[in-house]
Amino acid sequence: MNGVWEWFAWLNQAHGINLPVFYDSYDRQRFFAGLLTTLELSALSVVASVVIGLIGAWLLGTSSIIARRLVHGYVHAFRNTPPLIQLSFLYFAVGNLLPRLEGVGGSSRPLLDGFAWAVITLSLFGGSFNVEIFRSGIEAVPASTVEAAESLGFGRWRLYRHVVLPLALRICLPALSNNLVNLVKTSTLAYAIGVPELLYVSAQVWSDTMNVREMMNLLLVAYVGIVGVLSFGLRRLETALRVPGLGTVGGRI
Amino acid sequence: MLSRIAASLLFLLLTITTALAGVDDIKAIQAKGVLVVGVKADYRPWGFIDPSGAFVGMEIDMANEIAKRLGVRLEMVPVTTANRIEFLRQGRIDLILATMSDTPARRQAAAVIDPPYYAGGTNILARKSMNFHRWQDLRGRRVCGLQGAYYNRPVAENWGAIIVAFPGVPEAYIDLLAGNCDAFVQDSSLIASTLVSDSAKWADFEMPMETFGEQAWVMAVSAANRDGTFAAFLSRLSVEWHRTGHLIELEKNWGIPPSPFLKTMHEKS
Repeated sequence: MNGVWEWFAWLNQAHGINLPVFYDSYDRQRFFAGLLTTLELSALSVVASVVIGLIGAWLLGTSSIIARRLVHGYVHAFRNTPPLIQLSFLYFAVGNLLPRLEGVGGSSRPLLDGFAWAVITLSLFGGSFNVEIFRSGIEAVPASTVEAAESLGFGRWRLYRHVVLPLALRICLPALSNNLVNLVKTSTLAYAIGVPELLYVSAQVWSDTMNVREMMNLLLVAYVGIVGVLSFGLRRLETALRVPGLGTVGGRI
Repeated sequence: MLSRIAASLLFLLLTITTALAGVDDIKAIQAKGVLVVGVKADYRPWGFIDPSGAFVGMEIDMANEIAKRLGVRLEMVPVTTANRIEFLRQGRIDLILATMSDTPARRQAAAVIDPPYYAGGTNILARKSMNFHRWQDLRGRRVCGLQGAYYNRPVAENWGAIIVAFPGVPEAYIDLLAGNCDAFVQDSSLIASTLVSDSAKWADFEMPMETFGEQAWVMAVSAANRDGTFAAFLSRLSVEWHRTGHLIELEKNWGIPPSPFLKTMHEKS
């Protein structure tokens, strides 16, 4: 492994391409910690936002008007405000109102740190879009199919789980992939509340060593890589879930 | 033909005299009768405006003394970081005395006076109840900072502090006041300025550590007068101020926590 790092040191000396995140141990450690934080942030918020979307879409179909109104309120609140403002509001305003924990040496710690608030905010933000995406999928399920299932004695929950959701998921998967990819990129906003994710760490490195160009290129490669893995996985899922006859164009691409 | 030679000779003479005149700029200032100094109007307690609207501060006191020594009236022009060197270039001010950090780029653009009259460094703003005394006390503690600051890495690497850097000062202050971080690492002069400006809000806070690193502040005159008499005079005056401990006195009068730089300069001279 040392040989790889030394190659980057040579690259700097021979060609002036300065990437201390590889040859300098301190920068390397914090860059990869930042990369790991971004991956954790993305994974947790993607999973949580899908769960929130499913629950929200389910609640939109209930007969309780309170539940429906609540979900509509939630979607309006989190879809119509910029995620950066949501992050700042939840971390600074709401975070300071919560009870505090015992810290080191008599100080107090906040109940939820920057990372926790970032996960919560991104999940709620992504979840609000996912509710609408799942709703679009559910509404695209033919009414005749639903009636047929109801006449066979399916209860609401079994209908949702065995008939509506599988069909809805396949229909809305492209839109869902879109939103999840966007969510991964939105994770960079966590720098505003001091979460040491990839962009934050890269900005600190290029402030110290003035290698903005190299770091920007590295960031581009890193994000294309992360997003590429996610969208590749989602496309594989789409192909695997394909049902012949469902959707007009989708089956043939 | 003759008139043309005479005209060119006259032109040559004028050029030479004006060039020579630039060298004795003290005479020029005394002839004008006024010394125009660019000062800060918003940086307590080095240069700020008091309730009556007058310029006051440590740097204003220094400017007053310079004008007194030259025997001229003092006129002060408020400047900002963005425009002070431009004003100097345009001749709107004769001298910059406005918390200007010494950098190589600025040494090119203007004639910087050595030795520096002040130097800040890195220190922290922390609650008195935290009882921090040495930098080692920060090991494992969350320390707020500003993104991109040059001192974040040394503090994290040398003393094991966990730096949580925010994009701007207000966010970092909110975090510090709420107790989400145990200290705020920043330039010592900015911390001194904060403690003095808003003493009610920061009454429970202090700047406890030994300031490390050195960010020198310098006076500057126009680059054209780099070898002039005014620059030489200011240089000699700075040395005298350090030797007599006058700058340390001014620092104490304005409630600025004592800086290691002034102490060292006084002891060395």
